[in-house]
This record gives sequence, structure tokens and C-alpha cells, in this order.
Amino acid sequence: MLESISLALQGLWTHKMRSFLTMLGVIIGIASIITIVSTINGTNQQIKDNLVGAGNNVVNVRVTQDGNPVEFSYMAIPASVRPLDADVADYLGTLPGVDSVALFRSNSGGDAVSFGRTQFTGNLYGIDERYLSVVGSSVARGRAFTEEDRVNNRKVALVDQKTASTLFGGEDALGSIIEVKGEPFVVVGITAKDVSTEPVINSVEEYRLYNASAAGAIYIPLESWEVAFRYDEPHSLAVRASSVDEMTVAGNGVAEAVNAYAVASDDYAYAADNLLDKAASLQNLSKSANDQLLWIAGISLLVGGIGVMNIMLVSVTERTREIGLKLAIGASRSRIRLQFLTEASVLTLIGGVLGVAGGIGLAYLLSSVMGIPVFVSVPACLVAVVFSMVIGLVFGLAPALKASRLNPIEALRHE
Amino acid sequence: MLLEMHDIRKEVQRGPERILILRGIDLSVEEGDYVAIMGPSGSGKTTLLNLVGCLDVPTSGSYTFAGRDITACSAKELSRLRNRDIGFVFQTFHLLPKLTALDNVALPLLYGGVRKAERRARAQEALERVGLADRMSHRPDQLSGGQSQRVAIARAVATNPRLILADEPTGALDSASGQAIMELFDDLHRDGATIVMITHDADVARCADSVIHLRDGVFVDEPATSARGRRAHHGTSAPGYGHDPARRHHE
Repeated sequence: MLESISLALQGLWTHKMRSFLTMLGVIIGIASIITIVSTINGTNQQIKDNLVGAGNNVVNVRVTQDGNPVEFSYMAIPASVRPLDADVADYLGTLPGVDSVALFRSNSGGDAVSFGRTQFTGNLYGIDERYLSVVGSSVARGRAFTEEDRVNNRKVALVDQKTASTLFGGEDALGSIIEVKGEPFVVVGITAKDVSTEPVINSVEEYRLYNASAAGAIYIPLESWEVAFRYDEPHSLAVRASSVDEMTVAGNGVAEAVNAYAVASDDYAYAADNLLDKAASLQNLSKSANDQLLWIAGISLLVGGIGVMNIMLVSVTERTREIGLKLAIGASRSRIRLQFLTEASVLTLIGGVLGVAGGIGLAYLLSSVMGIPVFVSVPACLVAVVFSMVIGLVFGLAPALKASRLNPIEALRHE
Repeated sequence: MLLEMHDIRKEVQRGPERILILRGIDLSVEEGDYVAIMGPSGSGKTTLLNLVGCLDVPTSGSYTFAGRDITACSAKELSRLRNRDIGFVFQTFHLLPKLTALDNVALPLLYGGVRKAERRARAQEALERVGLADRMSHRPDQLSGGQSQRVAIARAVATNPRLILADEPTGALDSASGQAIMELFDDLHRDGATIVMITHDADVARCADSVIHLRDGVFVDEPATSARGRRAHHGTSAPGYGHDPARRHHE
């Protein structure tokens, strides 16, 4: 077998140009498939990283109506949902799978905060003293909120890195005064890590838009929320699970407990954002769009396979005398068949390897030029290489059968 | 008896017609024989050689080779037989252009399932036997016609076949190289090889122990005019052919 492979390689090497051109169809087909699969995987990986958070096992639990999160900025405050307090949060922190729980309120309307004439388009959070540690952030510059700030409902704010670098037009964020619903708040600190709760995303395009333009976060003390918004809306909860796998259990457990404690209505219910579900549904959206591309790439692979068949048939005709001689001196028909199958599959195997290399290169080129996230999956590459060999076997079959069925006498007399 | 043919007929389809190429051939060859089959082109001698070499099967008649009934053999058995027991030498050499002389000679051994080291050793030995010890790594395009035919002969004898079949082995060579090739066949014969050769060259045929003349698909006693030929094949022995030369011709 090794010998037939080395013979096949020898044969291909003597017709370098022809072999390469024959491979080209397979190379292009495999390369485009690898590129497409890499960008699909890259997008999926990015969606998962961004939504679930790499190592950030936080799930938000919010009030929902008919399964949708409720934005209270735009509607009446339901009397049937009681406010929560630190004792409740303490208790929730002891539920199974839960590491710690923080309370917060949020506003993502985009019209609540401004700096001078610049509108802030990110999310505004009113946070309790635990929030930053629960979501895995801390204050990098300036100071955190103090007990004093909270007791006195002081108008102070923290901003995240993104906001610090984009909202203030080059001025130092620290010490700047921003307006929240018309009330002046002083920026006293900048957080170390950008933490954004996810917006509602329904399509891959929205996701990309969000990802490219996520506008950062501003935090004010939970106690100062009423100063700006002048109403007492229900709290949301940030739940840190003890591990990524516990996120669903922790989120659902907290939601159930809070519902029992604070909700006296069938219209509203606390529910955990199911981030893994959300990630999966987004991944599905991106997959269905890319499936069509994969089919097209598959067709180009089919064309490549037909090219291989064509050249192999020519090769059989050219080598009729050689085949005749081999049959005459005792090569069995299965041996001749094997020879051509080996040649075809070695040809497409090399094409597959080159295609995978080209596809990886192309994927990284796309990633650096167009900013498309790329993740090269090793199993996908292996499958592609094996599949390209199978293409050789399938499309080499007709030429191999033709060769093995030659009549040795006529073959020897050929030309 | 190494091979025995009895009343062999071969019909082929050419266009709409079926043509009877061999019309009842009786042939027997013993171990160590050196037989030349002569005849003009179209007489059916290549067809006969193909039948003897198990490349083709007769339309009717019986053929026993080395005790086996060839007409009852499967394609696989025939190919094994060709590989182990028969060595072919062709007019146009039929060497594989991409392989070295050594690899060309080793090819039938490869198909016979001989291991690599032994293959090499036996191919080397065969090349030494035909006097090409110094040309082993040359490719066919680096060899003269005479040398190419020597390589082909080495390939034919590398498997130690029981029968060597040669189809006009000197037909593509100049007379000096042809002479040398004929001497090589003589040497092989002296060493005990059984050879059946077809040729239309009387000088070549003279090297053989016995000469049979083929005309219009039947054996005739000598290469004379067609009238004498026709008279001859009405059932008499052919002088100069030593081994059971009974022949029949059916019209």
C-alpha cells in the first residue's frame, strides 16, 4: 500500500502542473468551506463569550411580563411587585448553585444621561454595594461608593473604561459632572473591567451592531436612583453562580424564590435571562445564514471532484498501454483499480491539505481585514481532509473501473 | 508436456462480421523446447500467442497449460498464471517510461507479492543475466533499443517462468542488436528455458529448434506458396516440428 502511494506521488510529481490544476477545484472548495466554517465558529465563540462571559458566571434575574423583560421607564410601576432589600439578597445568596446576589436597577433608554451636549447611549445602573464584586468588576481609578454616599443619597457616579474614553471628549472623566435626568452627578471613579448586561438582540446583524458599538456603562448608587428617576421601580438581581454549569440552576432558583417573596400578580414574574439559550438561538441565526454559503462551497467541491474524474479518465486513456502491460504481466484487475483509486485519492488528499491551509489563511485574512471573528476548529479541518480523500475515492471510481476493465490485448495495441 | 492445444478456434467480431482467425490449431510444447511460429501478417500468429499466453481465451478447443485446463480458469487464475508461469517479450518492449530498469524488471515480482528486498535481488540477478548490470538505474529513455529489449527480457525471466513468449522480439531493432537479442534467447534456451517465439523473419526463426508455419489461421508444413500450404494442411505432419504436430483444418 505504501508503495502504491509513493508510486502515485511519483506519477503526480511528473505531471506537476496538471496535478496542481486538477487539485485546484478541490483546493478552492475545501478552502471556502474551511473559511466559512471558521467564521461561523468564530461568531459562535464570540456570541458565547460575550453573552455568557468567559469565566464571568453572572446571570441577571429581572421582572418580566409575558416572558419579556419590562422597561419600567416607559410604563407604570406595578404595585404587585415589592421592592427587595439587602436581607433578601443575603438569603438568596444561600440558594443552591448561587455564589452571591446583588440588587440593581437599570435603564438602557439612551436618553437618561448626558455629558454637556453629548448623549450617553449605554446602560445606566443603580447598584448596591455588592454589585461590582458580583459581576467581577472593581474600581481602578478614583474611589468606590461609600456608606456615606448611600445614606445621604449623594449624586456620585462610576463609569466604565469604555465610557471614560468615549463620553468625555478627551477630558478626564474623573471629577467630570454628568447629568442624569437633569440632576448633576460627579464621576468619582472608573471601573476596571467593562461589564455590560446584554441588550435584547434578535438577529445576528443587531448582535454585530451591538458588539461594535456597545456604549459602556455608568453606575450610580442604588439609593440615588430615586433622586434621578423619582420613582421606586422593582429591583433586578445580578446572580453569580458558583460555576458556568450552575448558571441556569442558580438563575432559576433565585427567580423562583423572589417570585414567591415579592410578586403578587400573575402578570409579572421574575425570570432569569437564559444566556446559554440566547447564545444558542443567536448561533442558530448565524448558522442558517451561513448554511447557504456552505451549500455553494459544496457545489464548488462537486465541480472539483468532476474535474478530478475528468483528468483521471484522460490519464487512463493516455496510459492504456501501461495498463495493458501490467495486466499482461499478471497485475490483477483489482490491483489496477487500486492504483487509480490511490492516485485519485492522493491527489484530492493533497488538494484537501492545501485547501485547509488556504482556508485557514483566508479566514485570518478576513478576520484582520474585515474584523470578522474567526475560530479554526481542528476537528473541522480533519474532517475536511478526510472528506477530500473520499471525494478522490468517489470520483476516481469511474476512471479506476474503466482502467481495470480494459482488455489487455487491445490495450497493448493502443496507438 | 508443458502446454497442449487441441483444435483451437478463435473468432472475433470485426464490425458486423465475425471472423474466424484461428481455424483449428493443434500445438504442443514440452519443457525446454524452443519453438518459432512463422507466418505473414494476418495469419493469426499474434492471436495464437495471446491464447498461448493466457491473455485471451479460445472460442472453442481445449488448452492445457502445466496440467491446468485454461478454458476453465477464472480471470484471476489466468492473471496469476501469467504472472508466475509466463514471461512476455514484446516487439515494442513495453517498458514503463517512469521506472528505472530495475523497477521495470521488478514489476511482475511486485504483482506476485514478492517482498521488496527479494524483489530487488531477483531483479538485479535478472539484469545481470541479460548483461545490463551497469544500467540498473537507467530509465528507458536513457537506453538503446537493444538495451530496452534486454530489460524486457530480464523482466520476462525475473519470475523464473515456465514459458517465455516472444512476439517479434527483434522487429524494432537494427540487425546487430537483433542478433545480440537472438543470442540472448539462445543462452536462455541453453539454460533450460522454454521459448515460443513468433516472427516473420526466417533468419530469426532459424535459431529455434523447430519452426511452425501459420497461414490463414492454420499450421502449414512450410512457408511456400499458398497452393502448397493448402495442400499441406489436409492432415499430414509437418517436418521440422518435433512434438506431436498433428493438425486439422475444418472448412
